[in-house]
Amino acid sequence: MAKTVVVDAEKNCRGVGCPLNMVYAKVELAKLKSGQVLEIVLDDGPPINNVPGSVQKEGHEVLDKKQLEDGSWQVLIRKA
Amino acid sequence: MRDFSLEQLERYSRHILLQDVGVEGQEKLLDAKVLVVGAGGLGCPVALYLAAAGVGTIGIVDNDTVEISNLQRQIAHFTKDIDVPKVESAKEKMLAINPELEIRTYQLMLVADNIRDIIRDYDFVIDGTDNFPTKFLVNDACVMEKIPFSHGGILRFDGQTMTVVPGESSCYRCTFRSPPPPDAVPTCSQAGVLGAIAGMLGTIQATEALKFITGAGSLLTDTLLSFDAKTMNFRKVQLKKQDNCPLCGQSPTITELVDAEQAVCSL
Repeated sequence: MAKTVVVDAEKNCRGVGCPLNMVYAKVELAKLKSGQVLEIVLDDGPPINNVPGSVQKEGHEVLDKKQLEDGSWQVLIRKA
Repeated sequence: MRDFSLEQLERYSRHILLQDVGVEGQEKLLDAKVLVVGAGGLGCPVALYLAAAGVGTIGIVDNDTVEISNLQRQIAHFTKDIDVPKVESAKEKMLAINPELEIRTYQLMLVADNIRDIIRDYDFVIDGTDNFPTKFLVNDACVMEKIPFSHGGILRFDGQTMTVVPGESSCYRCTFRSPPPPDAVPTCSQAGVLGAIAGMLGTIQATEALKFITGAGSLLTDTLLSFDAKTMNFRKVQLKKQDNCPLCGQSPTITELVDAEQAVCSL
């Protein structure tokens, strides 16, 4: 990705299981305005397999998913 | 936005996960005030579910004390609570489920003279009463104070409920003009009632309150939902706001509250 995305909020959900990680994602998104971007870090496994899809189902846009060195995932979400 | 504690996020996580409730809906629930009229078969499940849901302020009205014959269906009351005021027994269980709520108890009979002052402070009222005069009193007072409410009634294997949003939807009197004559309809203590249907109907009423507060879905307005638990048939009858309703019609004849004659159990 050449263009850079401005991140408006960050949430580290390392070690947070499902579904509490989705609860945190919703809380952080609720604080943002439409169009702003949340960067959330999710564990590998069920968290990365479930949270981005759930976020999309609520109408938000998943801009990017990137696995980090420790195996966790950095996900960028644009609020609907 | 309200700062939710970690404990609150976990407690209400199954609400927050719902797209139609979410963080905003849970905030509305915590800020809401609901009055439960009657701490009996209907009021008990309603009160427990509203407490569990995090409705921030819950009032509960009942003048009675717990009797052993109540325990078959009034699930907030335990054997140890016999002779305890029902409002105190219910409050104890509600706070045991959710200690962060404000529970207001009213150990009194709702009558024409006190009902408007009591309901005025609430966003939604649940009618969990066991007699027609009080059902009409709750309807009339809620329409006059413009407070939405859920009507509910159970007998034997049957239940019925409707939701009234004054000014928008039909009221109880649009369909049922006046209380039936005393003794025309038996009470639960005369005719009996299957305990679990109190939970069936009460949880529908609690659901209506939660939907009203959060704005999720559509309400049972202009709709009488009834069920027969023997066949498990559920039926919805569409109702219409009546221009000639004596309470909410175009030229109302009921403009102040009066206490109707109380049906007296003769058996």
